Amino acid sequence: MKSVLSRFAQMLFVLWVVATILFLMFRLMPGDPTAAYIDTTFTEEQQQQLRAAFGLDQPLWKQYFIFIANAAQGEFGESFHHRKPVIDLLMEVLPNTLVLTLSSIIVAYIFGVLVGSWLAWNRGTRAEAIVVPTVLTLRAAPEFWLGMVLLATFGFGLGWFPSGGANSAGAAYGSEWSRIFSSDFLHHLFLPALTLALYLQGLPLLLMRSNMLDVMQEDFVMMARMKGLPEWVIVLKHAARNALLPVMTAFAIGIGQSIGANVVVETVFSWPGLGRLLVASVAASDYPVAQGAFLLIAAVLVLMNFIADLLYSVLDPRVSHGARR
Amino acid sequence: MAHVAEASAPEDAAAEPRVGALGRIMRALRLPRGDFFATTGLIIYAVFLITALLADVIRPHDPLEILFSDDGQLLANAPPSLTYPLGTTNLGRDIFSQLVVGTRAALIVGVTAAIVVAAIGTLIGLISGFFGGWIDNGLMRLADVALGIPFLPFTIVLSSFIGASTWTIVMAIALLLWPNTARVIRSQVLTVRERAFVEAARVSGSSPWRILFVHVAPNILPLTFLYGSIAIGWAILTEASISFLGFGPSDVVSWGYMLQDAYGSQALSRGSFNWFVPPGVCIVLVVVAGFFVSRGYEELLFPKLKD
Repeated sequence: MKSVLSRFAQMLFVLWVVATILFLMFRLMPGDPTAAYIDTTFTEEQQQQLRAAFGLDQPLWKQYFIFIANAAQGEFGESFHHRKPVIDLLMEVLPNTLVLTLSSIIVAYIFGVLVGSWLAWNRGTRAEAIVVPTVLTLRAAPEFWLGMVLLATFGFGLGWFPSGGANSAGAAYGSEWSRIFSSDFLHHLFLPALTLALYLQGLPLLLMRSNMLDVMQEDFVMMARMKGLPEWVIVLKHAARNALLPVMTAFAIGIGQSIGANVVVETVFSWPGLGRLLVASVAASDYPVAQGAFLLIAAVLVLMNFIADLLYSVLDPRVSHGARR
Repeated sequence: MAHVAEASAPEDAAAEPRVGALGRIMRALRLPRGDFFATTGLIIYAVFLITALLADVIRPHDPLEILFSDDGQLLANAPPSLTYPLGTTNLGRDIFSQLVVGTRAALIVGVTAAIVVAAIGTLIGLISGFFGGWIDNGLMRLADVALGIPFLPFTIVLSSFIGASTWTIVMAIALLLWPNTARVIRSQVLTVRERAFVEAARVSGSSPWRILFVHVAPNILPLTFLYGSIAIGWAILTEASISFLGFGPSDVVSWGYMLQDAYGSQALSRGSFNWFVPPGVCIVLVVVAGFFVSRGYEELLFPKLKD
């Protein structure tokens, strides 16, 4: 329990440092520091209000404390372009990013684990000689390029899938849930999710394969063999369970990293998610939105790193605290 | 961009009999000739290196020159032919020439970033593992922070604030991607540190820095090369992603720039596969070559995996 608490403290520390770096970065940008919050087209009254809220008339160190306090409460100011609170914009696109990330990573990991174990069992066969280089090649392909090829082939060429977006124009839904579970949404989701899954499956597959090869040399697998248990029982009950641990950690870290790395795939498919919002806001100098989106992506990343860390020590009691990661 | 697979590098590299510092370096550089993957990787590297060096000789046209046919028509979206091996872009530029010139940008980013990342990662890993205590603690917390910053978003923001250039991308890679290398090297140092020859050096009165660089460092150098060869691929992928998103240097013809140009010019809906497929294939080839070479290194370093 103590180690959980200290890890949690560590996570908060990392998050604080990341927020500080972000604060400094946005003070680095060209022009007046108030440009991070105030657009020249805001009315005098609006400007006054924002100056007071973010302490922009205060010295830098005070601005810093106000920034940290605001960020902790999810208060990032007002978008220049959408004239809406940043937090509202973030919450609008967050479900799209989460659905895209989770659906693709879950598919990728289930596929990777199954094929990886199968490959370990068929070591040295022709299947291995074909599958391993294929997987390496898919991992080497830039995600956005994979997306472009799929989009040009199945979207534009064959017309099976829409060319972008998350919903057809003009569609209206009663609630966020009914939107996400509409067939229209799933139709839009397929290609970007497939692109991500193709890219993500390599890591669990290769991890699972090498872990299985290690585990299969352990004494307890030998023991199970000697007991005369059927092969599939040995694979599923004895070997796979143990080989799965590092894959679980990779899964958690993978979610955190995908949220940020999705930027390119979201751009290719015009998927209205967090990454695309970040790119659009940086390109349009919409600094409050850029800051908020960056911090939200970082928060998810740090949280998932923390969960991976916990999983590692909970699932594998041999790992003593802080010994290895 | 996890290096989870690599993070669990076996620890028995240090258990080999001791060879002199120079011998170690030589051995690290000697690649397994018999290994099919490593050989393929090296051949791919060699082809791209030669292409980059001779780019100006190989390219049939200026990559940004707008081409016209003999009767004065703009050669927009020309299909592949003998004079234009991969056809032309929507503005009448020769795609093959862009591809050839793009090799240069890719290799410059890849090699520079790999050297910087491997150097920083190795140095931090060495110091952290060797000195331990608060130095180790501090450096590893720094690693946590670097891993807590989303990589692509950071590079985008950095590029837009301090200016888009190849060096911004190399800097972003150097700032955020060293922890993977540093962690593995640190754990390797922890085992090397306990070995008899280090103890012998200590007893004979060598200074800590001398022990670190003369006795410990040569033993972990192969890992530096391993991570360096993986980093080349990451750097090229990053450059491509950043350029694709429109935050890359605008005056450099790179594969990422070509893909952005194609995407932005409706090459996808027009089905101009001859435009956007080749740059992607080149990226895949270079990155795969890095994987293959590092695999060759791994088998050389950790023969246990070979059985």
